[in-house]
Amino acid sequence: MRRSWFLPIAAALGFAFLYAPIVSLVIFSFNESRLVTVWSGFSTKWYGELFNDPQLLGAAWLSLQIAALSATIALVLGTLAAVALVRFRRFKGRTLFSGMVSAPLVMPDVITGLALLLLFVAMESTLGWPQGRGMLTIVIAHATFCTAYVCVVVQSRLSDFDRSLEEAAMDLGASPIRTFFDITLPIIAPALVSGWLLGFTLSLDDLVIASFVSGPGSSTLPMVIFSKVKLGVSPDVNALATIIIGIVALGVLAATILQLRARPKKARG
Amino acid sequence: MAKKPQIAADTRPWRDPAAKPFVRIRNVTKKFGDVAAVSDVSLDIYKGELFCLLGGSGSGKSTLLRMLAGFEQPTAGRIEIDGQDMTDAPPYNRPVNMMFQSYALFPHMNVEQNIAYGLKRDGLPKTEIAERVAELLTLVKLQDYGKRKPHQLSGGQRQRVALARALAKRPKLLLLDEPLGALDKKLREETQFELVKIQETLGVTFIVVTHDQEEAMSLATRIGVMNQGEIAMIGEPTDIYEFPNSRFVAGFIGSVNMVEGTVTEDEPDHVRISSAELGCDIHVGHGVDCAPEQILWWAIRPEKLHLSREKPANPFNANVTHGVVEDIGYLGDMSVYQVVLDSGKRLRVTQTNTVRGNPDAITWDEQVYVTWGDTSGSVLTV
Amino acid sequence: MTAAHEPTIPPPRRLRPWNVVERRLARVGITGRMLVLAAPVLWLLVFFLVPLAVVFGISLATKQFGRPPYSALLSTEEGTVQLTLHLNNYIRLFTDNLYVAAYLSSIRIAAIATVITLFIGYPMAYAIARAPDRWRNILLMLVVLPFFTSFLLRVYALTGFMRGNGVINQFLGLFGIQPLVMMQTDFAVYVGIVYTYLPFMILPLYTTLVKLDVSLFEASADLGARPLRTFLSVTLPLSLPGIVAGSMLVFIPAIGEFVIPSLLGGPETLMIGRVLWDEFFSATNWPRAAAVAMAMLVVVVVPIMLLQRAQSAVVEK
Repeated sequence: MRRSWFLPIAAALGFAFLYAPIVSLVIFSFNESRLVTVWSGFSTKWYGELFNDPQLLGAAWLSLQIAALSATIALVLGTLAAVALVRFRRFKGRTLFSGMVSAPLVMPDVITGLALLLLFVAMESTLGWPQGRGMLTIVIAHATFCTAYVCVVVQSRLSDFDRSLEEAAMDLGASPIRTFFDITLPIIAPALVSGWLLGFTLSLDDLVIASFVSGPGSSTLPMVIFSKVKLGVSPDVNALATIIIGIVALGVLAATILQLRARPKKARG
Repeated sequence: MAKKPQIAADTRPWRDPAAKPFVRIRNVTKKFGDVAAVSDVSLDIYKGELFCLLGGSGSGKSTLLRMLAGFEQPTAGRIEIDGQDMTDAPPYNRPVNMMFQSYALFPHMNVEQNIAYGLKRDGLPKTEIAERVAELLTLVKLQDYGKRKPHQLSGGQRQRVALARALAKRPKLLLLDEPLGALDKKLREETQFELVKIQETLGVTFIVVTHDQEEAMSLATRIGVMNQGEIAMIGEPTDIYEFPNSRFVAGFIGSVNMVEGTVTEDEPDHVRISSAELGCDIHVGHGVDCAPEQILWWAIRPEKLHLSREKPANPFNANVTHGVVEDIGYLGDMSVYQVVLDSGKRLRVTQTNTVRGNPDAITWDEQVYVTWGDTSGSVLTV
Repeated sequence: MTAAHEPTIPPPRRLRPWNVVERRLARVGITGRMLVLAAPVLWLLVFFLVPLAVVFGISLATKQFGRPPYSALLSTEEGTVQLTLHLNNYIRLFTDNLYVAAYLSSIRIAAIATVITLFIGYPMAYAIARAPDRWRNILLMLVVLPFFTSFLLRVYALTGFMRGNGVINQFLGLFGIQPLVMMQTDFAVYVGIVYTYLPFMILPLYTTLVKLDVSLFEASADLGARPLRTFLSVTLPLSLPGIVAGSMLVFIPAIGEFVIPSLLGGPETLMIGRVLWDEFFSATNWPRAAAVAMAMLVVVVVPIMLLQRAQSAVVEK
């Protein structure tokens, strides 16, 4: 019976630990003073400053483009990889393939970043492509590690997929490709959406790999934030963080509500 | 082999050697790695039949069905449907449809869209599809449920949608994988008769896979009993129950008492078997394909045995043994007696409770005689 | 209606573009499988496997000025191809105290942080798994939510929290406690790792704990075990795959962590990710950086294998 109070208190403390720094960051983003830790009155001036910073806006726009592109590429590659891993029980090199797919999940960022940079340099000197480094090389790098995440998400959905649904479609006259588009795709669509969103978020968040493979003039948002933060705490970063956290929180909240709404129906089924 | 009583020539095509089978399975083997799930099965199924493949799990019945549907390719052998070789045809090019054990209703489509799916793949005009869907909904009594999604239906309703969807393309052959397996007992009995009715109305050939012997017995025109990838016996339900061809079939269907014995007399019109286990001789009132001194098995169903307190008439000096009632299971309509013979062998005897609350019924620890008719048992050599 | 359902021969199939494409491809021996596999296999070969090979190759080169800033392994001199391998990068890794110390301290920091994360994460995961159904999803969402917000910004949020005049010290000041020095210490790095990787620990733990049948605890209590005994002899062993998976998910990335030590750690906080970064960006010694990366790979290989085994156990149950 001792645990009846121990667990809730432990959980409450844990959540407090998770959220207190974020909450204080949000609060101080509305602080009048440049001193981020001393409250001196409510103000939204740091938000205004944010939108007048062309470097920050440019980096944000670049990051959004990179995130959308690499998430899309990763969606295609990750889904194909997941289909192969779940559906093709045996093929030559399956172990190597599954290793290659899941390794980027745990590979330390510094290794991935360094490896890709060295590859791009070597390719440029031997093949003449890619010329220089910038958005293209960042997209390639991000697509590579996002593929692993998409693959994991889609794989778990595919493996509880009732295969007789596909067999039923083929039995009723649909070719394998037709079956994929009519049956498989609509059913795994939610996993594809979350896989894409996950890839998008991860790409938007990456500092280390992008630092390695970016070139001059292609600084992503995390790179700009990092250089600002290295110089010390600055209130406009607080404002930026608040905006990002707000968007993400709304997104996750909406997704959760949608999921909870859909649930009672499913439970009956 | 037991001789079964001859029935006058009838319309059952499998009794007509000249009839042309609708489905011909010839020496079909399916191996998964080194394991043969189905080995060297040959089977003819005729138009309009409701054929049941009956077997335990791992007997190969589902693999055989999936080869008919085209989901698995045979390792060896041919499959012919309606005179066409279908061995290598993909599932989407076969005049065959299947009703899945899980029903496999598309969760993102409503009932109408599910039923229409196959018709759309055939490129039928919209009006015709709508007509056909309405017709099928009437057939399975789901007229008001067309717009519902599968998760809004009960188990029985889903089962009927799956049936309607499988029938929509008017297949020549319908494969049903455990069609009643997911329903509870009461619903199962109702649905069973509905299924037979639909099959008879439409005249489609059905092949049903089931592990439930009662279901097979009451549904099928013929049953194929499968064991370890092979067909153990093919026959009408009565043949399978009353004239099993092997110890496996006798033991698999219903309950049975089986004893070992030695042939002492082998005549064209009767056989005598001595069985130490049974504590008496068995007189079999018909000829059996066996040799004197051969060791074989004799099987008899519990309801074919009769209990009495007095020693019954004994014209052949056989077919009567003696024991003690060890246990009685009262089931309402009948009672199951467990009788221990002097040899220690236990016999299972069922007696119909024809008298209400019979005070004179045989009870625990009573000494009883067990008798049977001279054609009631089956002599089995394998 | 009966007549309408007489089995009829199906109408001839209309050929559709896909069917034609499929047939053509099949004729030249290209199966659907190959089409599905081609893109991800090629991509991962070129952008995952080959780069690791390149890293290995360059780790055997030596630094030189020019572009690229490393010596070529293969050179043609007087018509013969020469292969020049330099092992000095690896020799330096073992002889230079900086590298050895950095590896050891990375492992130590990652291990300590992992243990702390486990002790904080386990009760949270257990509490969520035992929470009423309607609470569970909300609590899980609260665990995942920070993971979706920027990693970098969360580390940044910690700096505002732990600075000399940060929230914690101001709070302590209310009670007249002298400000603590937290930033730029190993302590701050531990907090940073625990803070940012906590969700990775909680999720696999939750997955194993939520699958445990309540009747197991009842059976244990019924057989006379006190709650603590039940926890130690039933709950803990059964959640072992979750413990391993969660720990490895924290430990592996923590070893190579760069952002946390460089923002929260002090100059004396040695971590190998940071050493690699400096070797590359500050010293522009690419071959040395490559050798550091290869050695780091060796360090994380065993934990990765442990993780894979634990993960399949988490999923299977």
